Amino acid sequence: MNSLFEYLIRLGDDSLILGHRLSEWCGHGPVLEEDIAMTNISLDLIGQTTSIFEYAGKVEGKGRSEDDIAFLRYQKDYKNLLLVERPNGDFGVTMMRQFLFDAFRKPLFERLVNASDAQLSAIAAKSLKETIYHLRHSSEWIIRLGDGTEESHQRIQDALDELWKYTAEMFVEDEVDESLLADGILPSMKGLKEEWMATVNSVLEQATLTIPTNNWEQHGGRNGKHSEHLGFILTELQYMQRAYPGMEW
Amino acid sequence: MVSTDQIRQYMEEVFDPEVPVLTIVDLGVLRKVEVIGDTVKITITPTYSGCPAMKRIEDDIVELLKEKGIDKVEVDLVLSPAWTTDWLSAEGRVKLKEYGIAPPENEMDKSVLFAEPTIVPCPKCDSRDTKLVSQFGSTACKAHYQCSTCLEPYDYFKCLK
Ligand SMILES: [Zn+2]
Repeated sequence: MNSLFEYLIRLGDDSLILGHRLSEWCGHGPVLEEDIAMTNISLDLIGQTTSIFEYAGKVEGKGRSEDDIAFLRYQKDYKNLLLVERPNGDFGVTMMRQFLFDAFRKPLFERLVNASDAQLSAIAAKSLKETIYHLRHSSEWIIRLGDGTEESHQRIQDALDELWKYTAEMFVEDEVDESLLADGILPSMKGLKEEWMATVNSVLEQATLTIPTNNWEQHGGRNGKHSEHLGFILTELQYMQRAYPGMEW
Repeated sequence: MVSTDQIRQYMEEVFDPEVPVLTIVDLGVLRKVEVIGDTVKITITPTYSGCPAMKRIEDDIVELLKEKGIDKVEVDLVLSPAWTTDWLSAEGRVKLKEYGIAPPENEMDKSVLFAEPTIVPCPKCDSRDTKLVSQFGSTACKAHYQCSTCLEPYDYFKCLK
């Protein structure tokens, strides 16, 4: 197995699937500004996916393009976190999913900027700037909704309770990470979880929200074991390429 | 064969399709111009990862140079160093304001999660009494503001560092 390829697929699938989820809000946002914000963030994520998969195709060396990788794999070959395939739910669920993810991606990209692999470092530097805007946006909503009305508080707390179990998967290091760390391609991820936790604690505290005490962790996405939701996403995502193979416009 | 200076001048005729008052030179999207043998190589960088204008800019460069009689053109897209609003030219900033888009202000450290919203003067009446409506505007590179003095709603070409 090519560890760098596998790592890029994980990184890219997180962007792709979350970007797709956010695009589902297009035309359905609670207010016009949020509709535009979510589709802008979606566009950033899909743009990151393009850069990551383009590079993954080069690393793999089998001539696959970014579109081939995005559209023509089977479900078990997608390696995104289970968190990002969670359904949009209400606006609170979408923002909580976004916040938990953004708070992870910012310190992750800050580390990847120092990757010895030049292209991975370039992608991280570019994406980091965008992620800072995303994190600010989602954090503000968590605080506004948590410290808002009784109903908004309850709904965003429910969202946190529902999504919390999917966060542990972000910090698992398996043989893919280990081999890249050993080869010096990836920089040390030391302190990543602590930094994420500090952001989460600080925002949740301002939002008057409570981290659930249930410690159950749900894993699977990184190994291609997905919830039923991914199948529905892929059906929509891949429809055109499956129905009209090789189509372009 | 044409000189790189000549090509550079031609590049001032390639406009950003989303902010049509700015050329790719004003924007700092144009990174390098090279003449290698009989091939002209143009290196550009995207403003944002998902900027849909990049493909169009690539096509426009090839088409423009073809009109100028240059057929062998290579357009290379690089991500590093990552684009920053610091590369926007002084002339570009003036053009933006005249077009009704507030140019990027010098913002403080972007790594701070909750910075005070930047004061962005109104491009119409120069009032500093303005408010941020949304950090995300009509395109990836803009935020949405409104002037409290003349009530003008306007785009702000947001700072990216
Ligand atoms: Zn005004």
